[in-house]
Amino acid sequence: MTPTEFLVLTRGPLFDIAVTIFVFGIVLRLFEVLILGRKADLAAARGAEFKPGMATVMRRFVPDREKLQGSPVVTILGYLFHVGFFVCLLLFVPHIELIHSTLGISWPGLPTAMIDAVAVITMLALVGLFINRLNSKLLRFLSTFEDYFLLVVVFLTLFTGYLAFHRIVEPYPTALALHLLSVELMLVIFPFTKLMHTFTAFLGRYYNGAMYGRRGVES
Amino acid sequence: MSDHNTLGEILRERGVSRRGFLKFCTATASMMALPPTMTMAVAEALEKAPRPSVIWLSFQECTGCTESLTRSHAPTIESLIFDHVSLDYHHTLQAASGDAAEAAREEAMHAHHGKYLLVVDGSIPLGDPGFSTIAGISNLDMLKETAEGAAAIIAVGTCAAFGGLPHAAPNPTGAVSVSDIIKDKPIVNVSGCPPIPSVITGVLAHFLTFGGLPELDQYGRPMVFFGQSIHDRCYRRPFYDKGLFAETFDDEGARKGWCLYRLGCKGPMTYNACATMKWNQGTSWPIESGHGCLGCSEPDFWDAGGFYKALSIPTSDLAGAIGTGLGVGAAVGIAAGAMAHKKKTDAEHEREPLTVEQLEGES
Repeated sequence: MTPTEFLVLTRGPLFDIAVTIFVFGIVLRLFEVLILGRKADLAAARGAEFKPGMATVMRRFVPDREKLQGSPVVTILGYLFHVGFFVCLLLFVPHIELIHSTLGISWPGLPTAMIDAVAVITMLALVGLFINRLNSKLLRFLSTFEDYFLLVVVFLTLFTGYLAFHRIVEPYPTALALHLLSVELMLVIFPFTKLMHTFTAFLGRYYNGAMYGRRGVES
Repeated sequence: MSDHNTLGEILRERGVSRRGFLKFCTATASMMALPPTMTMAVAEALEKAPRPSVIWLSFQECTGCTESLTRSHAPTIESLIFDHVSLDYHHTLQAASGDAAEAAREEAMHAHHGKYLLVVDGSIPLGDPGFSTIAGISNLDMLKETAEGAAAIIAVGTCAAFGGLPHAAPNPTGAVSVSDIIKDKPIVNVSGCPPIPSVITGVLAHFLTFGGLPELDQYGRPMVFFGQSIHDRCYRRPFYDKGLFAETFDDEGARKGWCLYRLGCKGPMTYNACATMKWNQGTSWPIESGHGCLGCSEPDFWDAGGFYKALSIPTSDLAGAIGTGLGVGAAVGIAAGAMAHKKKTDAEHEREPLTVEQLEGES
């Protein structure tokens, strides 16, 4: 296979398959969770559900002091990674172009030099999280294969993107194709691993907030 | 013009001044990324360079490469260098035809065996030899026969270098490149559709100066001309880095000369010297004239997913993929959810609460 054929394959059929599985898996899991529902709460409600629920969804974006003091490495690197990842994903022009061509929506991007710096910080944060997981006795005890594997997969998407952007791998079609391939791997495993927290985290937060709100407790 | 004329003599005959010649040598030395001190060495070598015999074979091609090289509007030293070579066979340019033309080729092959340069433009059909023949000889046979005694081969144009347009899917003639067939000769790929004239003469100048071929990249192209991407050398690159793009060919961004990435420019995947050497004696080049790069110097550029689609855009039907995922995901999700729900309710119904008596009885 020539580099161009490899690129055409990853830009075409493989991307299609990956996106289909990604959307299929997400919808499947969300429906599964929502339909299962919860037992009806027969007690009289002491407060509203919706507003405290949404408030909790938003409030938990803000770093928690206790958590920061308890596990500073995970908290700081975790925030760095999440913010950095979304900056690279959503504000790099070629990515915006992809979203524009698929969903028809578009927004201005950041200068590439800034994306470049953010990508490096994000990758370093991931490496830090990986090392921390290996170093901490407690985390090592709690970690499964999936935890390490997902760190590697997410790192690869950033790293191959970085290689393609800086043309460290030649020729360019191969570099871009490797980046697409790593993204496709992430899309395929996304709904069936804990990467799914991208969606379910918000369900969980809302439920927590709504439950406390209903009981009249400050959430 | 005798066979023993050197390039220096020919240039003087044509009225090229010493100053003009040295300027050309300086430009050539810098073009080939040689240190400035090499200029005199280049001048000396070119001055004394004897006329090399060149056989030019044209196979499945459009003559655009020959046009590119010969249609300079003003006579340049590049074109004079081209004149300097003893072009013993080129069926578009030579006066002779038929048997006389083939006789000229055979004579050159015989007289300069092991020393002549073979230039090829066009791809070679492997599907059926009848797709392209010259004087009844198939392209494949002619290439093999002529390559056998060549000192080196220059594959001019993307067709000869990588198969080019004839090679594009579904490749009805089974077209392949020169390097797909000839394995035992030094081959330089001067790709482009067509290649920049000064790149072709630059390779000739290198051959004349050093008697060998320049350093090549992974596709067999001279590093000095194909070492950097269009994107990295593009004068519109600052706009890409700032995130300023033309959205259509006639919007404000296009008028202000912003980056053409969103209009499908293939600059990031294309290695060529257009951005630095430009076309038509340095007048302009495709991106400067407002059109994105097509990637014509790259293998399979014709099949790389559409000239007007940005590189990062998927080539297939993503809306369909998302639709399918949504539909099937929702259906299976509802079914799985319903099953889980039923399991939960069933379990609730089947639950037999333990009584105090039962517990006491057990203990």
